[in-house]
Amino acid sequence: MRRLFVFFLVAALWLAVPAIASSENLRLEIQSWSWQGMFGRYDKAQLRRGFQVYSEVCANCHGLRLVAYRNLEDLGFTEEEIKRIAAEKEVQDGPNEQGEMFTRFARPSDRFVSPYVNDQAARVANHGALPPDLSLMAKARAGGPDYLYSLLTGYEDPPSGVILTPGMNYNKVFPGHQIAMPQPLFEDMVTYDDSTSAALPQLAQDVTAFLNWTAEPELEGRHALGLKTLAFLVLLTGLLYALKRQIWSGVQHG
Amino acid sequence: MSASVHSHRVVRWINDRLPIFTMVHHSAVEYPTPKNLNYWWNFGSLAGFILAVMILTGIFLAMNYTAHTSYAFESVERIMRDVNYGWLLRYLHMNGASMFFLIVYIHIFRGLYYGSYKSPREVLWWIGVLIFLTMMATAFMGYVLPWGQMSFWGATVITNLFSAVPWVGQDVVTWLWGGFSVDNPTLNRFFALHYLLPFMILFFVVVHVWALHTVKSNNPLGIDVRGSQDTIPFHPYYTIKDLYGIGLFLILYLFFVFFAPNFFGEPDNYIPANPMVTPPHIVPEWYFLPFYAILRAVPDKLFGVVLMFSAIFILFILPWLDRSIVRSAHFRPIYKQLFWIFLLDCLVLGWIGAKPPEGAYLMIGRVATIYYFVHFLILTPLVGIFEKPRSLPESICTPVVKAAKL
Repeated sequence: MRRLFVFFLVAALWLAVPAIASSENLRLEIQSWSWQGMFGRYDKAQLRRGFQVYSEVCANCHGLRLVAYRNLEDLGFTEEEIKRIAAEKEVQDGPNEQGEMFTRFARPSDRFVSPYVNDQAARVANHGALPPDLSLMAKARAGGPDYLYSLLTGYEDPPSGVILTPGMNYNKVFPGHQIAMPQPLFEDMVTYDDSTSAALPQLAQDVTAFLNWTAEPELEGRHALGLKTLAFLVLLTGLLYALKRQIWSGVQHG
Repeated sequence: MSASVHSHRVVRWINDRLPIFTMVHHSAVEYPTPKNLNYWWNFGSLAGFILAVMILTGIFLAMNYTAHTSYAFESVERIMRDVNYGWLLRYLHMNGASMFFLIVYIHIFRGLYYGSYKSPREVLWWIGVLIFLTMMATAFMGYVLPWGQMSFWGATVITNLFSAVPWVGQDVVTWLWGGFSVDNPTLNRFFALHYLLPFMILFFVVVHVWALHTVKSNNPLGIDVRGSQDTIPFHPYYTIKDLYGIGLFLILYLFFVFFAPNFFGEPDNYIPANPMVTPPHIVPEWYFLPFYAILRAVPDKLFGVVLMFSAIFILFILPWLDRSIVRSAHFRPIYKQLFWIFLLDCLVLGWIGAKPPEGAYLMIGRVATIYYFVHFLILTPLVGIFEKPRSLPESICTPVVKAAKL
């Protein structure tokens, strides 16, 4: 048994070392997030602030095509509020009985309306760069939320000797340091309803939390079910071990 | 086996016409098992358990998955977001693949340490290697299905290996793809095969167990069973021990599923496949890394591919490479050291497989690759001839009886 345990320890280290080593060279600003750990949960007020930042800033260029307006229920919005939020956008629907396409206001069942009709239109509006969809961004980059936070707060003047390609911006953590997106967040560019101060780190944390929710909306349910399941399993395995000891008690073995 | 064991009338009626209850009783209840098996012998039943989990979760995932390049990524996200407990199904399946390989690797190394591949268990070992190969094909094709960046580029790199075949290479690749690049026909056939192969694995597992129950289990001492004093019935002794093992395993497995579901995954696979953008590092899943390292250790493509496949196929002839008649490394002082060095070598290869093939990494990878084959082709046969094994106990129960006398 003891050797088995040592084996698993070595195996775990072996698996973990590349992961740790690869996150090191990004030099991310590691934050402590409310949803981390086995008991981690989202802070609903923070998610709503993050949604506000997304809507007022990010949504001008970035879509959330995997998230539906109805999902905003998770953030504590009421059905009426969600209907109102959805109705701020228009979507194409149809064909109607006359065989024609028409536009209507978005409904809670619609996915978030993307800012551009297609990728080509997005490129034309952004000097050839394509603003990626943000639905899964918190899972699609090494470092996850820490990477997003570090990117949003990582804009600075290029060090002397670094010449940027025209239209590009210098960022500490972006691979290659040249990013097409100009610094998106500045202090006080959003006025929070709950009178939280809108300093840059606050804005970046809030929108990162929101984007982690869009990437992992199942997280709270997953953690809750996980705790129950593991508690049950530890108990069951303990009983199975006791039973094993009892059944084997009469056997002389090697 | 008399029918009298089955007291119920209906059971007896069926059993007289199809002795299925006798068969189950024979192989899952009274199967005489060496009494000295340690916990490393739990991994066979664990592998069977996780295979069942994979097939079950896979069937329900397939009900919600769309095998089309335009919809595959979205349909997986729909499973994650809108299907009831779809995230659980998908994370069970995703992490289950890693767990399956972890278990099977331990199972294989168990066999290597205790000489479970030696006479009379050669065919049992062959079927095991066949299961391992089928698993690798299944896992590779399954990884392509979510149609993320790593799915697409992994599929491109691995299918391109076949272009190294002399003369017909490019034609073979076109035939595999069903076109001139990895595209919708590729995704469709991979889905079909990914659904088919697990049932072939299941078939091989049945044959594996059949062969096992014919030649009976090996044991940590590696000596033959002398009589009934060396064995105990499978039930209840090993059923309860296996259940306890499954409990421990589930704690580890479900910890990852619930609290670190993407630990074994690549972030890039949450980016939809894009044939126009190549990721900076194309890395396979961790369980392929040692073989990936062997492939990249060789500058010549064809030789690299041949070497990579040889690394697995060499296991088929291992029973004849090992000249020692002593099975368990417990009684083989030199082979025991070589076993641990070989395990370390495989871990080094895995580490190198995750690194870019340049500079020191490339050199370490080459040395580790050479050692991998030296171990099987030179050291194993030589040690079998020159090593002086420690004296074997007379029977499985002898050491126990001696210990009891003291």
